[in-house]
Amino acid sequence: MHETVTAIRTRLPLSHALQAITRDRAALFGGILVMLLALIALLAPWLAPHNPVQQDMAHALAPPGAEYPLGTDNMGRCNLSRLLYGARISLAVGLLVGGLAAGIGTVIGLVAGYYGGILDEVLMRLTDILMAFPNLIFILAVVGTLGPGLTNTVLALVVLGWLNFARVVRGVTLSIKENEFILAARGLGFSNARIMWRHILPNVLGPVIVLATFDIPHTILAVAGLSFLGLGAQPPTPEWGAMLNAGRAYMRTQPHLMIAPGLMIMLTVLAFNLLGNGLRDALDPRRKNHPVNL
Amino acid sequence: MLKYIARRLALLFFILFGVSLITFLLMHVIPGDHAQLVAIYRYGFDDYSAQELSSVRKDIGAELPLYQQYLWWLSHVIHGDLGYSFITRRPVADEILVRLPATLELAAFSLVITVLIALPLGVLAARRPYSRLDNFTVIGSLIGVAVPNFWLGLLLILIFSLTLGILPVAGSGSFAHLILPAVTLGTGMAAVSTRLVRASLLEVLEQDYVATARAKGLGEGAVLWRHALRNAFIPVVTVLGLQLNHLIGGTVIVETVFARPGVGKLIVDAIESRDIPILQGCVLFLAASFSLINLLVDISYAFLDPRIRYEGGKS
Repeated sequence: MHETVTAIRTRLPLSHALQAITRDRAALFGGILVMLLALIALLAPWLAPHNPVQQDMAHALAPPGAEYPLGTDNMGRCNLSRLLYGARISLAVGLLVGGLAAGIGTVIGLVAGYYGGILDEVLMRLTDILMAFPNLIFILAVVGTLGPGLTNTVLALVVLGWLNFARVVRGVTLSIKENEFILAARGLGFSNARIMWRHILPNVLGPVIVLATFDIPHTILAVAGLSFLGLGAQPPTPEWGAMLNAGRAYMRTQPHLMIAPGLMIMLTVLAFNLLGNGLRDALDPRRKNHPVNL
Repeated sequence: MLKYIARRLALLFFILFGVSLITFLLMHVIPGDHAQLVAIYRYGFDDYSAQELSSVRKDIGAELPLYQQYLWWLSHVIHGDLGYSFITRRPVADEILVRLPATLELAAFSLVITVLIALPLGVLAARRPYSRLDNFTVIGSLIGVAVPNFWLGLLLILIFSLTLGILPVAGSGSFAHLILPAVTLGTGMAAVSTRLVRASLLEVLEQDYVATARAKGLGEGAVLWRHALRNAFIPVVTVLGLQLNHLIGGTVIVETVFARPGVGKLIVDAIESRDIPILQGCVLFLAASFSLINLLVDISYAFLDPRIRYEGGKS
């Protein structure tokens, strides 16, 4: 009984999910915010009044005004332009890490769950070991040895990130592969690759999409935190966490230099979390209209 | 039960072995000759002789093949010898232990704040879903999760230290120094915990035994405190275990924001000054402590819930 329920639940088409989301106000709000941020990221070169790394030392730490709507930072760079370009960095890194982690994790989880045996054992034990590091400590270890920078941060995040996907996909695969439709496909003589690709993968896509939606804000927060520590994005990259770190020295006189990037990070993370909550509920009808969902 | 504990202990040893191996290997991907690095720090740049270099090599076991180097290093680690800091030249273990109390103090106080916020708020919200308080709780925790802790810390400094002038900006030593860092860390964790307390209690309140308790005429208060909360506690203990991950990462950030001389700040400083032995020691120390506490959490809730013993014992 339980297996059939999971199968039906996970086979809900994505279009239904989209429909459900448009009826969920919080998720809709999150989705619109995400789209707005994506637009800002895409259109940053046209929206930004200045080059985000162009220094204008004569106007360093200028207050908000006509020329610089949100003022300038200590290097005389346009704060507004840097905030807009910051959406590019955060969204790009979020998508990159989420995409890579989801891709690698899904393939490994599928194969491990489907075949079981030694591969499965290795996967689970590797997970045990990597999960023994507190996330930030692992990232610090990687960045501390390979050197600070966005590339190494992304590397560390992917190395940690795929595990979650692999574990979830493995779990779903394990429960699905005992279903009659899989047995039928085997009986028809389909190859293992075809069964995994055509019959199991569509069933794990839902959970993977939900997980990826939550992975993006996690990544954005982690990258911002690392950049804040001076170990992620390096100057003059207009990254929100790095801007926040640079702005804290002028907190007394120009608090907006520190407040604005933080607001951007918060809004972005909130937007993806709301969207993720909505997606999760839409793909899992059991939870619909249940107060736990909030 | 004993069998379960034995199994988890075996897993712990395996994990610690893996953790030590990864930590060791990470430090070996550093570009350049490790022995040369040590010699530079020990004798000064360009000031060391070939003889001194080879004695350093012997000291740190660098002339051995890689797997023997690992065993050599492991045998020292097991005896509490984590090497010497490049910068202060003091034992790494001492440097960590000196800073540990500041971190533990921050962690403990933050957890107290988390529980004081999350438990009452989560319970009250779950009692009346969709009420005004419930909505406030849900929205508050959504926002709380999205606020970066380094930003919250700076905002608190801006308000309470720079504007109102009632709390110190940074540093450590007194209780006043502890308030802002602990509030920063505690409220962030409370945002997650409140939602989880609420959700797990809501799920328990739907169970049949809760309906039974109500049917036999127990008051709502007795149902909640005697039947529901006790069972909702198991996920909450798990959550506190999971929060440990946030807690350790959070101390790194918060200690840096507030210039608190704890283990977290030690790591960040070590990365900036390329003090590899300190970095390695801290990573190993924190990962090992993390695994150990997780084990204790697992065992303690196996005591609380017999179902976990049987299911967990199998996998």
